[in-house]
Amino acid sequence: MDFVRNFPFMSIILSLFSGPLSSVLNAKWAKRLNTAVITAVGIMSAAVLIYVLGTGEPYVYMMGHFPAPWGNEIRVGVLEAFMALFFCVIMLLSMMGGSAERQKELEESKQNLYYIMVDLLLCSLLALVYTNDLFTAYVFVEINTISACGLIMIRQNGRTIEAAVRYMIMSLLGSGLLLLGICFLYDLTGHLLMSNIKEQVQILAASGEYHIPLIVSLGLMSVGLAIKSALYPFHTWLPDAYGYSTISSAAILSSLVSKGYIFLLIKIFYRVIGFDFVGESKVIHVLYVFGIIGMIMGSVSAIREDKIRRMIAYSSVAQIGYIYMGFGLGTAEGVLASMYHVISHSATKSLLFVAASGLTDASGNSRHFRDLTGAGYRNRLAGAAFTVGSLSMVGMPIFSGFISKLLFARAAFGHEYKMLPTLIALAVSTILNAVYFMKTVIRIYTPAEHPAEMAQGRKITVKEQPTKSVALVFFILLNLLLGLSSEPVTRLIRQGLDMFG
Amino acid sequence: MNAANLLNNYGEAVAMILFGIGFSNLLLQKNLIKKIIGLNIMDTAMYLFLALKGYIHGRKAPVVVDGVQSVEAYINPIPSGLVLTGIVVSVSVTALMLALTIRLYHRYHTLDLDEISARLKKEGK
Repeated sequence: MDFVRNFPFMSIILSLFSGPLSSVLNAKWAKRLNTAVITAVGIMSAAVLIYVLGTGEPYVYMMGHFPAPWGNEIRVGVLEAFMALFFCVIMLLSMMGGSAERQKELEESKQNLYYIMVDLLLCSLLALVYTNDLFTAYVFVEINTISACGLIMIRQNGRTIEAAVRYMIMSLLGSGLLLLGICFLYDLTGHLLMSNIKEQVQILAASGEYHIPLIVSLGLMSVGLAIKSALYPFHTWLPDAYGYSTISSAAILSSLVSKGYIFLLIKIFYRVIGFDFVGESKVIHVLYVFGIIGMIMGSVSAIREDKIRRMIAYSSVAQIGYIYMGFGLGTAEGVLASMYHVISHSATKSLLFVAASGLTDASGNSRHFRDLTGAGYRNRLAGAAFTVGSLSMVGMPIFSGFISKLLFARAAFGHEYKMLPTLIALAVSTILNAVYFMKTVIRIYTPAEHPAEMAQGRKITVKEQPTKSVALVFFILLNLLLGLSSEPVTRLIRQGLDMFG
Repeated sequence: MNAANLLNNYGEAVAMILFGIGFSNLLLQKNLIKKIIGLNIMDTAMYLFLALKGYIHGRKAPVVVDGVQSVEAYINPIPSGLVLTGIVVSVSVTALMLALTIRLYHRYHTLDLDEISARLKKEGK
């Protein structure tokens, strides 16, 4: 057996144990350990990705000494390794982008707790990406929820605690439904390993036996994970959680936590139920309708918002809507577009949050739009980065957002009755996106005329915030890379989805 | 499908009703403590469901005593294992929720989540 095959397991264990270790370290060393772990896991994931691309087929890694139907397994394909690498990159950049804020906003004694949460979050994300066991996935979903709750509430004020409570309530409703779905499925098939469940489900689907319980269990799992990833009517916790927590928390929550659940849902579709069965069921119509409503309503709420970070948070609601709309199309092309959007939205949304914090730094820490007037001149790099992120969200060519919109439109073409609603929703949502993002970009590049507006603001140079500037530059490059060389990425996703089957 | 089937599986039916009660309590109650009670009812209903699914009539708990190792003697141990895992998860989640509730209560001297939200909006921070 090649040594590389151990890397997924090692990266999970490494991040799991670095959490407790951080609790006895002081903030400085906990931070160093955290950076080292994320980097190491990133490098290992890259090695695994190269290895899997080389062999061209997924492999199964046995945990413990019990073979398939009894033991626990890790399964690694192209998409899993790529997502692990991508999550590491985004997490590292988000942590870099918010390090100055964390120093300022968190109490001295609580700083190392933050790194424990991030380590555990990384561990649970990796486990969600790699595991081949449905119940293990459930346990790590809960770990993910708890550590995400810690990230929200570590900055103590009324808003964040209330947001954390609301987040927990919604998440617990979601995980209750997910667990019920998993129990039903275990009950029907007698297995917990994904590949074994799939064999049994195919037998059941072919014979038509237990059709309704199967649909119910698929529906419960989809709705559970949709609630947890804040699909439109379940998003009430999101604006406060993203808007008032410290900036790296907001970036990590929006671009990693919800995406981990979505990735698990894709795995359930492909590896547990089988996508043919999912495509024929009516569950996807429900996801489609809520996705479309979310695309429009999220943007409308964002337009009405007058604080920059809450606006970006509402934009997340709209983007999650896009992803579920892609699932709702019920075709492989739709899932491909959703998967690309998961990647592009992660890269863009964390960029926007970090850039927005740069802009508010230059405006006396005020989040109101009127105080941001001219902020683009006061902090040039953050202004440029925010503009890049906005253009990408709106769907300007050469940025990543354009490619995902193109893929969605292409996936919708030729669809019997979902083509027209999809295209209309895409067009309306793009215009709404443009309204609120361009409004902000114009605002930050309008010179401040009144001396009162200038009084609060001050100029911020690149040298003043070195780590944030580096993070922003890398974010911009990542966005351009995804936008300009979309072909290899989509090929990778397609290959990965094929390996799922 | 039919009434007899439902009567034979009355345990599962009770579990689903309890799940519904817990779920709607967690979703709809304003009082945070009642929400947490709802959460626990929901989780317990799930354990009841799992335990019923693992039970085989006339067999014993899967603990080897008197050297009896035949598979026929014992019930399915996996659901019991899942219940144990689930209990661990639900204990930790309940503890976290209670801790958050204490924090909110110290700050706002109420357990009503809607009132807290209204007050936050008024503060306008």
